[in-house]
Amino acid sequence: MWNSLLTPEFYNSILRATTPILFATLASGVAAKSGICNMALEGILLFSALFGVIFSSVTHSFLLGILLTMVVGGCIGLFMAFFILNMKTDEILAAIAINLIATGGTVLLLLAFSGDRGSSTSITNVSAPVLVIPFIQDIPFIGKILSGQNVLTYLALIMVVVMHLFIYKTPLGLKIRAVGENKNAAESVGISSRKIQYISLVLSGVLCSLGGYFLSGGYMNMFTKDMSAGKGFIALAASSMGGDTPIGGFLVSMLFGAAQAFANMMQLTTIPVELIQMIPYLTTLIGLAIFSYIVMKRKAKLSGK
Amino acid sequence: MNSAKRFEIFRMFFSIVIALLVSFVLIFLVSKQPVEAIVTLITGPFKSKRNLANVVESMIPLIFTGTGVCIMFSANQINLAGEGAFHLGGLVASVCALQLGLPAGVSPVVALCLAALAGALFTAIPAFLKIKTSSSELVSSLMLNYLSLWFCTFILMHYICDPQVGAASFKLPAESELITLLSGTRIHLGLFIALAVAVFGYVFLYKTRMGYELRLTGENENFAKYSGVNIVKVILVSQLVGGMIAGLGGGVEILSPIYNRFSWTSLLGYGWDAIIICTLAKKNPIYTPLAALFLAYLRTGASIMSRSTDVTLEIVQITQGVIILLAVAEQFLSKTKHKMIAREAKASLKEEEAA
Repeated sequence: MWNSLLTPEFYNSILRATTPILFATLASGVAAKSGICNMALEGILLFSALFGVIFSSVTHSFLLGILLTMVVGGCIGLFMAFFILNMKTDEILAAIAINLIATGGTVLLLLAFSGDRGSSTSITNVSAPVLVIPFIQDIPFIGKILSGQNVLTYLALIMVVVMHLFIYKTPLGLKIRAVGENKNAAESVGISSRKIQYISLVLSGVLCSLGGYFLSGGYMNMFTKDMSAGKGFIALAASSMGGDTPIGGFLVSMLFGAAQAFANMMQLTTIPVELIQMIPYLTTLIGLAIFSYIVMKRKAKLSGK
Repeated sequence: MNSAKRFEIFRMFFSIVIALLVSFVLIFLVSKQPVEAIVTLITGPFKSKRNLANVVESMIPLIFTGTGVCIMFSANQINLAGEGAFHLGGLVASVCALQLGLPAGVSPVVALCLAALAGALFTAIPAFLKIKTSSSELVSSLMLNYLSLWFCTFILMHYICDPQVGAASFKLPAESELITLLSGTRIHLGLFIALAVAVFGYVFLYKTRMGYELRLTGENENFAKYSGVNIVKVILVSQLVGGMIAGLGGGVEILSPIYNRFSWTSLLGYGWDAIIICTLAKKNPIYTPLAALFLAYLRTGASIMSRSTDVTLEIVQITQGVIILLAVAEQFLSKTKHKMIAREAKASLKEEEAA
């Protein structure tokens, strides 16, 4: 079994497993940079996984399907922003409410749309296509890892760079960071913190919806009830461990993706499946504790000097 | 009662009404027999003695997790591990009932004590991690819930599984079952334990020194620290007590006449329900039975509705979500609040003038 850890297929599956977590991690990062903890990622993943299936089956098009799903993600972000910023709802409670609505709402919608209970067996959705990259696929070992991935996996990797540039190299990114760092200071130089946080949350919703689409149209080829299975929460952990930066979040979500891929592979062994299922969550928990400890020590050291 | 408090009650009531209206609209959209569905949802629980008993039965676990979360949230610790503690409590109580072979009377007491202990230790993990490594209790508690689920499923499938039934444990012995209070129903002794726990939670939070320190820490951690409150102790105690109650709830639920085997292979969601209970009860455990009654009523109605019409049970989660959103929205109805306060001020001014 350990031999299969060295095959390119294993590393290929790491990238696959990382994709939804990575989108959600980037989504969490942009919200966190503006000072809001977006715990509703779990619900957004679930909603967009369902809407991805519905839209792509109605439009018979991957591109239209994903665009409409992104609109839904943005709308949920907008909805959340309205409650947090205008109605002054506690952000954690608002997120819990959205997650609850997503758990119930997806089942209800699926039933209303197709008559299916629990999984979208009677809907023929359009999955995101797999891309084979010429030249790269011919490179031994690495070619098999990098080529032949889902188009959304490539998009996720590109988004890491895009989000990094957006947050650190554009005026809007600077404003987002300023608001997150100190709301009052940002207000004092004429930045509307409400507007900036609205933008961040909508962007967060859109990014996360891409991960949701991948869940039901890439990672699997249908929607099943509660299919997000805590991936939104794992992303929350990944983002905070990566210092809410796109690059940091990317590295940590790769680690969690690897844990997931490892767990998937272990299912072929005789080790009880229940213990294997614990791997991604245990990795996250231990990773979070270690990273937080390091950050705490570093802070203590800095303030001590 | 002052106007601010009266307004809170009014807003809570209004949130519930709006949430119900939203659900009704949804029912109209998805159902072919909407009127029938809504009528069943509302009147269903009163239709028979059994249905009414169902309301009381499903109230019990909600009171436990609700009270647990009230205590944890009062210290401003967003620890969501109540869900996992409840699950673990159920498993521990089942294992004790199955393996220890204690006589009737002793068996449930021991099983429940150990379930409470397991729950307490479980929810203390995020608190411990927060104190030692400053990692967010929110995220670690979310991960722990999944760990609890898979750990319990592991024990169930490999140690106490009845091969003749599949994914369920051996039959729990009659010695460990909690007594039924009303014959013909499944209302059990757990109801009294739950009510006692709610009262205990109230006394603990509002009538003891520890409870005061706990709420003070929740209101303003820095102020509490400078007033000489031991924050670390407060955080640990609040999470231990909260988890203890949630774990006890899991134990009570599995030893009740409702279950005769441990068969939980997915999270039951009582930890999330607890948050709406805590919201409705305004973090005061004494109101949790009332909030639990409301939610249990809604649940029972929805469950009857899903059996007799084409609307699924999941509609309740949407209702719950909308209630949370509106009930904690500070700006919701803020104009009405303003008017209410202004009216009261005018009235008291007039009184003063008259005097």
